[in-house]
Amino acid sequence: MSSSLAAGLTPVRHTLPNGATVIVQESSATPAVSINAAFLAGSCCDPQGLPGVAYLTSRVVDRGTTHRSADAIAEELDKRGVALRVGTTRHRMIFSSTCLAEDFDDVLELLVEVARWPAFPDAELVKRRAESITSLRQDEDNPSIRAGETLSELLYGPEHPYGRPAKGTVATLERIERAALTKFHADEINPAVLTLVVVGDVGAQKTIDRLCELLDGWTGAPARPIVVPPPAVPAVRRVRQIPMPGKSQTDIAYGFTTIRRLDPRYHAYWVLNNILGQFGLGGRLADNIRERQGMAYYAFSEFKANVGESPLVVRAGVDPKNVDRTIDAIDAEVRDLGLRGPTNVEMDESRAYLIGSIPRLLETNESIAAFLQDCERFDLGLDYDRRLPELLEAVTIDEVRAAAADVLNPERAALAIAGPETPVPKDA
Amino acid sequence: MDSMHRPATTSLESRTLSDHLPNGLKVVVQEVHTAPLVSVWCWYRVGSADEETGLTGVSHWVEHMNFKGTINIPREQMKGIVERFGGMWNGYTWIDQTTYLETAGRAALDQMLFIEAERMAYGLYEPAECESERTVIISELQGGDNDPDQLLDTEVTATAFRAHPYGHPTIGWLEDLRSMTRDNLYEYYRRFYIPNNATLVVVGDVDASDVMTRAEKHFASIPEGPVPQRIRATEPEQLGERRVVIEREGTTGYVKTVYRAPAAIEPDFFPMLLLDAILTGAKGVNLWSSFRGVPPQRKARLYTALVEGGLASTVSGAILPTAQPYLYTLSFTVIDGVSLAAVEVAALNEIERVRRAGVEPSEVERARHQLRARLVFDNDSVTNIAHQLGYFETVAGPRFLPSIQRRIDAVTPEQIWDVARRRLGSANRTVGWFRPTGRS
Repeated sequence: MSSSLAAGLTPVRHTLPNGATVIVQESSATPAVSINAAFLAGSCCDPQGLPGVAYLTSRVVDRGTTHRSADAIAEELDKRGVALRVGTTRHRMIFSSTCLAEDFDDVLELLVEVARWPAFPDAELVKRRAESITSLRQDEDNPSIRAGETLSELLYGPEHPYGRPAKGTVATLERIERAALTKFHADEINPAVLTLVVVGDVGAQKTIDRLCELLDGWTGAPARPIVVPPPAVPAVRRVRQIPMPGKSQTDIAYGFTTIRRLDPRYHAYWVLNNILGQFGLGGRLADNIRERQGMAYYAFSEFKANVGESPLVVRAGVDPKNVDRTIDAIDAEVRDLGLRGPTNVEMDESRAYLIGSIPRLLETNESIAAFLQDCERFDLGLDYDRRLPELLEAVTIDEVRAAAADVLNPERAALAIAGPETPVPKDA
Repeated sequence: MDSMHRPATTSLESRTLSDHLPNGLKVVVQEVHTAPLVSVWCWYRVGSADEETGLTGVSHWVEHMNFKGTINIPREQMKGIVERFGGMWNGYTWIDQTTYLETAGRAALDQMLFIEAERMAYGLYEPAECESERTVIISELQGGDNDPDQLLDTEVTATAFRAHPYGHPTIGWLEDLRSMTRDNLYEYYRRFYIPNNATLVVVGDVDASDVMTRAEKHFASIPEGPVPQRIRATEPEQLGERRVVIEREGTTGYVKTVYRAPAAIEPDFFPMLLLDAILTGAKGVNLWSSFRGVPPQRKARLYTALVEGGLASTVSGAILPTAQPYLYTLSFTVIDGVSLAAVEVAALNEIERVRRAGVEPSEVERARHQLRARLVFDNDSVTNIAHQLGYFETVAGPRFLPSIQRRIDAVTPEQIWDVARRRLGSANRTVGWFRPTGRS
């Protein structure tokens, strides 16, 4: 962050005629630049019955364009010490890179070329498919991932955009042909659904002018309305075990569905999650499970609000013989916070922490770029970083208590337990 | 203490100040006014290489105990001190060093220094807290064992060393963690946690002279102690290739080939760093941040041969700056359906090719540019800048960090070929396989 940014971000935003949004934040803190180009084309856009298309597209899209071979792209990136990352989330496909300022013009041009004119060579699809299947096999052997994915399925159901496997399955990846990738690109990747953020040692107007040139002549249909159905309201607790012989530790994922990012209660939920499972080593959960009972190296909760009703998830990794005790402890903390709400001290501490952490979270070019993407994604305003302290300060204990009462009920929790043994957890 | 304010070394360009307190504590301050933040790191010259047989893991366990309360900061009050300023805190232990950090708003500077002074001299080590932490650390170990790649890394490292304590895992062997006592921990803590075995690093939106005054206020009363003797074993010459094969439930095969590598201060280190960039892509030299994410590696030789060749889904290499000779590790994730032997053969063929014919000047230039960029990315925050200052001060001495770029620039293709020939032979190699026995 340049010294001028200490008072707040000063991004410049420009919308191109083809609908692309460009945001540039100048910063001379380091002679480097981060580019973050997000298209609204994540796994939610996968064709019905064929999960994994967005993911596999992201693995192949940067392996050759109509102008350059995969090898030529590799040479352009490697000789500048640059890694081009293409990843998918539920709603977005994100092309990102950090480079030296002196390489920015070339890297920006290459990134746009990759997104705009991919060739999807057959040979590349074969290689990236095999890599992706291997990655899925690794996930199958990872208790943390197995518990997390199973929890998503329990919370949303296997056909829901947030419940189905974002990377697809081995069976679906084996069925995806080149035509599915080219169709996905043609249908979903276009400037009308693009937000491109640049942060670093660059000139804002020069960058915008350059992007006008690079994106000129590329058009596409505006974003379709995104429909994320509300998850079913659970009447009972749901538990699923995933036996994984040979593993040493059991991973627990325990959660609820909550609210959408644009829900006015968002900041109260953010504070609630901080108190439950973030503050210090991991909020109340770590105080109990790690500090007082010494049962786990990690115990925390996470809450990442998205377009649809988003999960609040508790995670813990424990010795298999401590699974019951750990779940009892999670139930106790969840129940207590749900029934009694937070204390005044907890409210003060969490508000101070979250407000005070803003400069740290906006220190690097990459983190500023990700923050500005969210500002644009959820229409929070380009001054959101300046308003955020007031928004957090305004959260009342009653609002957090109401959020806790709405969601934190062990009788309606979903649990996924992946590990070497298959204990039968007690009811809540 | 007037002498403190007469800097031993200064650099106007980077606005750094460094000096020793009378009790031997070295203090390094760098002003960085790009954000209203300050990062404080306290480094100790103690790591798992200092552990005797039967006490493996004691350095790391001591690190954990140093978050469990001091005479003036009860355990339940540790949490919240820097959080009220939006701060984060953490610590880590590795083979040569143990370190603790806080990064927070600049108003928290005194609180951060207070915590580090307390940690240095006044740890409680309550028996019940030691016992409670035993299961936490065993849980950490078991979590690592859940990852077959990490499990293989532990076994290969232990196989590569016969005499040197670099061979045992920093977290320790399970039976040592079960049998270690509170007195073992406390004795170790008292032996190594003294000001003349530590470096305090402060980087951020501060006035360097003011930091020196504050450091004196917080640390000057802590007495120096006898400089701890460190274990300095010399690993005997390796006479032939070693192998380890793990067969366990799993879904994916992993292959590692590791070679005995030079210490950071040896002349071979920088040729090896460029050789690794040519083989697997440049990562930089920041242990705290360089290894997060994928390096630029699509033109790297092992990536081209193994990943583009359809044999491995990932290739990675690691040559880390260490105080004594450690390992150069090459790791491969085997593509579903490919044999482990095929991956090993392809990797060793590439190694033999570089030993036989050396490297192209264009490859060296590419590696050099990659490393130049990575050195910039390694220093993108006050936390990372402070890490680099403290890490190299502790592991390689104060003159190492400023020399890195110059020494990278000075490496020639001939030097790279030379280290490849001398260091990547079979007699210097340990090979590890993780062979999955079924779907878990």
